[in-house]
Amino acid sequence: MTDPVYVVDSLIAEDIDAYLDTHQHKTMLRFITCGSVDDGKSTLIGRLLYDSKMIFEDQLAALEADSKKVGTQGQGIDFALLVDGLAAEREQGITIDVAYRFFNTEKRKFIVADTPGHEQYTRNMVTGASTADLAVILIDARKGVLTQTRRHSFLAHLIGIRNIVLAVNKMDLVDYSQTRFDEIVADYRAFASSIGIEDFVALPISGYMGDNITTLSDNTPWYAAPAYFGRSLVDHLETVEVDTTRDLAKPFRMAVQWVNRPNLDFRGFAGLIASGSVKPGDAIRVLPSGKTSTVERIVTLDGDLDQAVAGQSVTLTFADEIDCSRGDVIALADNPPQVADQFEASVVWMADHALIPGRAYWLKIGTQMVSATVQAPKYTINVNTMEHCAAKTLELNAIGVAEITTDRPITFEPYAENRALGGFILIDKIGNGTVAAGMLHFSLRRAQNVHWQALDVTREARAEIKNQRPGVLWFTGLSGSGKSTIANLVEKKLHALGKHTFLLDGDNVRHGLNKDLGFTEADRIENIRRVGEVSRLMTDAGLIVLTAFISPFRAERDLARSLTPEGEFFEVFIDTPLDVAEGRDVKGLYKKARSGALKNFTGIDSPYEAPENPEIRIDTTKISPQDAAEMIVAKLLGDYWMPEI
Amino acid sequence: MSQGLARSTLTHLERLEAESIHIIREVVAEAENPVMLYSVGKDSAVMLHLARKAFYPAPPPFPLLHVDTTWKFRAMYELRDKMAELSGMDLLVYHNPEAQERGINPFDHGALHTDMWKTEGLKQALDKYGFDAAFGGARRDEEKSRAKERIFSFRTASHGWDPKNQRPELWNLYNAKKAKGESIRVFPISNWTELDVWQYIHLNDIPIVPLYFAEERPTVERDGMLLMVDDDRFPLREGETPVMRSIRFRTLGCYPLTGAVESSAKTLPEVIQETLLTTTSERQGRAIDKDAGGAGMEVKKQQGYF
Repeated sequence: MTDPVYVVDSLIAEDIDAYLDTHQHKTMLRFITCGSVDDGKSTLIGRLLYDSKMIFEDQLAALEADSKKVGTQGQGIDFALLVDGLAAEREQGITIDVAYRFFNTEKRKFIVADTPGHEQYTRNMVTGASTADLAVILIDARKGVLTQTRRHSFLAHLIGIRNIVLAVNKMDLVDYSQTRFDEIVADYRAFASSIGIEDFVALPISGYMGDNITTLSDNTPWYAAPAYFGRSLVDHLETVEVDTTRDLAKPFRMAVQWVNRPNLDFRGFAGLIASGSVKPGDAIRVLPSGKTSTVERIVTLDGDLDQAVAGQSVTLTFADEIDCSRGDVIALADNPPQVADQFEASVVWMADHALIPGRAYWLKIGTQMVSATVQAPKYTINVNTMEHCAAKTLELNAIGVAEITTDRPITFEPYAENRALGGFILIDKIGNGTVAAGMLHFSLRRAQNVHWQALDVTREARAEIKNQRPGVLWFTGLSGSGKSTIANLVEKKLHALGKHTFLLDGDNVRHGLNKDLGFTEADRIENIRRVGEVSRLMTDAGLIVLTAFISPFRAERDLARSLTPEGEFFEVFIDTPLDVAEGRDVKGLYKKARSGALKNFTGIDSPYEAPENPEIRIDTTKISPQDAAEMIVAKLLGDYWMPEI
Repeated sequence: MSQGLARSTLTHLERLEAESIHIIREVVAEAENPVMLYSVGKDSAVMLHLARKAFYPAPPPFPLLHVDTTWKFRAMYELRDKMAELSGMDLLVYHNPEAQERGINPFDHGALHTDMWKTEGLKQALDKYGFDAAFGGARRDEEKSRAKERIFSFRTASHGWDPKNQRPELWNLYNAKKAKGESIRVFPISNWTELDVWQYIHLNDIPIVPLYFAEERPTVERDGMLLMVDDDRFPLREGETPVMRSIRFRTLGCYPLTGAVESSAKTLPEVIQETLLTTTSERQGRAIDKDAGGAGMEVKKQQGYF
C-alpha cells in the first residue's frame, strides 16, 4: 500500500517505540454511518477496515470464501460481509442492530457505529448517534436524496450531531458525473437548511472502488476545485473537531457517581467530568442543595492531578464537609446549572408498548434516577415528511415533543448546551426495559415559581390532635372480589375504636371527582393517580384513608405508595379468583363484559396485575368478610398502632 | 498517564480509560452484588487495573471470581494470587464439582470440557454467590457477534442471552434495573482494541503473565497448533517428544487448548510490534470459535458462555 495515511507498517518494523509514541498521542473520533439498505454502508465500513489493515489474513481468507458463497459482488470481495454480524442477519443480508467497528489511522482511532437503514429501526440509529461526534450520511448517486436520507439527517440533527458528512456513494456507477453530484448536493442543501442543519460537507465517493476514501481520486478531478470540499473522507475524519474539545470550553460540571469513603479521613466524590475543567482551589457548588466549597484534591491512582478536564473520570475532595451524594452535580460555584421538576422535551419512543401518559416511569439523567410522568405529546414528528402531527401517545419509533414532570427537582441543562446533563432515558418500572430516550429543551417556568407553602400546623400536629397515626389502606382486587364490602367493615371497626377515617370508594369517586374519566388504560391510570393524590392530602390531614378500587396496574399502585411517607401505605390484596368473582357478579358487569357490551373490563379484556408483596392478603375463598375485616384491624393494631398505644 | 499539564483534547486511551472507569462505577452504584470475572489474561489485567483506578484510594468494592478449569497454565495461577493480594480484593475460585468428579479434561472430552468447566461453572458460581452483575473483559473487536454486544448485557434467570431483546444504550446512561433472578454481564472494555490493551499495559506497567513474552519452552506440534507441555498431565502421543522452542502466547486459556506462536519478542514493545505485523487474528489461537462454523461464539453466548 502506497497510501500515505496508512504508511505505518514501515515504522512498526523499523522503530516500534516511535510508532507507539505516535499511537499514544492519537485522539479518538466516534461516528455513525447512515444509509438505506443498498447505499453501500457496510461496504464503506468494510473498505475503511480493509484499507487501515484492520483485517487479518485469516479473516480475509474467510471473507474471500464467503464472498464467493453469498457475496453480491460476483467474484470480487464483498466488504459488506466483514461487518454484518449476527447469524440471522447474515443470512437475510441486512443489518438489524447497532454494531461498533474500530480502525486506526496515523492520527486517530475511530469507533464506527453501524446503524441500519430500515424504517422500523429509528431506535437503533438514535442509539448509535447518541455517542457520535459525526455522522456520515450515505446517498446512492443513482438514486439521489431519498426519504431515508431525510430521516437519517433529521435524526442526526435531533441527537445534536454537528458534523454532518454527505457521502455521495457509488460515483463509479454514474461515471463520476460532476453534474449528478452537484444536483444531489443542491437537493440536499435545500432540505438540510429547512430542518436547521447549518453546515455539512459533501464528498463524491465509491466505497467499492475506493475513490476519495483515503486519497483524492483521479476519477473526480473536478472535485479538487475550490468550489468543492476537495478532501478525502479519511482526511476529513482525521482532522474534524471532536465534541470533547468543545465541552472543555463550557463551565465545569460533574455528576457524582459514587462517594468514596475508605476510612473516616477520606471522603471523595467520583465522577466523569461532563464539561469544563477543574483545579484544586476552584470554588464549586453542589446541586441541587446549592451548598458551596472549594476543591481540595483531584485524586487518582497515579497521584494527585493539578487539573482535570471534560471527559476524564476523577475523584475530587472538598475543603469542607458538605453533603454530597450520588445524583448530585458538582459545578462551578458562580455558574451552576438549573434545577427544576417540569420540562419540555423531545422523546423518542423505543418500546413495543406505547407511552402511557400519566404513568410513572424511571427517568435517568446523568447519575440521577427519579420517578417521572410524561404528558400526552404536544405533537409528534413524521420523520419522513417532517410534519407535526397530533397524537395521544408515542408508539415504537415515534418522536414527539411532550411535557415531563419529575417527582423531585433535578439538576439539568438544555440538551443543546450539554448532552450529559440534558439527555435522559425512561425505564419501565415493571418490565425494567429502556423504553425511551429524551432530550430536555427547557424547564417550564411554573416549576420554578410554584413553591410549597410552608404550613405552621404540620401533618404531625393534625394527626396528634386526633390521637392516631395516619395511613392509607389500599384495597385492590377484581371487580366483585369484595373490596368495598370488606373496606366498609374495616372502617366501621376503626370508627368504633375512635379512629378518624375516610373511605374512598371506586364507584362513588367516579360520580364526582373523576366523572370526566372513562375506562381506557390512560383514564384508569389518571383515575388512580387522582385517588392517590387525594389520599395523600387526607393523610396530611391526619386521617386514616381506605380506598376500594380495582387498581389493576402495579405501576399506579406503586405511584400511590410513593406519594405517602414510608410505612404509612398498606396494600390490601383482596384475592378472589376470577371464576369466583364472576360467579358472584353482584352488579351483572361480568355478564355484560362477556357479551362484549362492556369494553376494557378487568379480568376479561384488560389485565389485572396482582400485587407481588402486599402488606395484607385476604383469600376470600377461605374466610368471610367479617373475619377478613377483623384480621385487617388486628394486623393494623399489632403492626402499626400498637407500638404507640 | 500524563499529569497536570493543561491540554485541549484527550488521547484515545484517556477517553477509553475514562469511559471504562465510568462504567465500572455505575455498576457498583446500581447493582446489589457485583463481581469481576478474572481470567488472568491481558484483558482481565487491564480491567482490574481500571477497577483499581475507579475506586482509589479504596480497593474495588467487589470480589474477583476465577471460574477455574484446573487446566490453566501454572504461571497464570501464580499471577492470579499475586494480583488479588496487590489489589486488596477477595479472590473466589470456583470449580464445577461435577466436572471435577467426572474428571473432565481437554484431552479426552473436547467441547464438553469448555461447556462444563467454563459455561456451566460460570452459571453455577454466579448462582451460588447470588451475583447480579458480573464484569467481563470481552471486547467488540474480538469477533463478529461481539461487535453488536451491549456494554450491559442482560441474562435471564437461566443465564440465557437473547440478541434480539437487548436494551438500547444511549449516551453513557446505563440501565441496570432488572427483575429478581436476572443478571447483567458488563463489559467495561468493549470499545478497546487489542492494540489499545497492549499499549495501556505498556504505559501503566501493568503486570501480565510472563507467557505473553517469548522464552524457550517445551512444546509439541499437534493438529496444526503449537502446544506447550506445561505439566506432566500432558499425555504425549506416540512419536511425540517435547521440543524446546522460543514461543509466546497471544491469548491465554487452558494450556492444552491454547496454541503458541514462535516468537522472539521478549519485551512489550516487541510483542506489540509482532502483534501489529502479524496477520493472524487473535482468537485464531483458540479452538473454541471454530465449533459450529462461523457462528460459534454467538451460539455459545446464547447458551450462557460469557
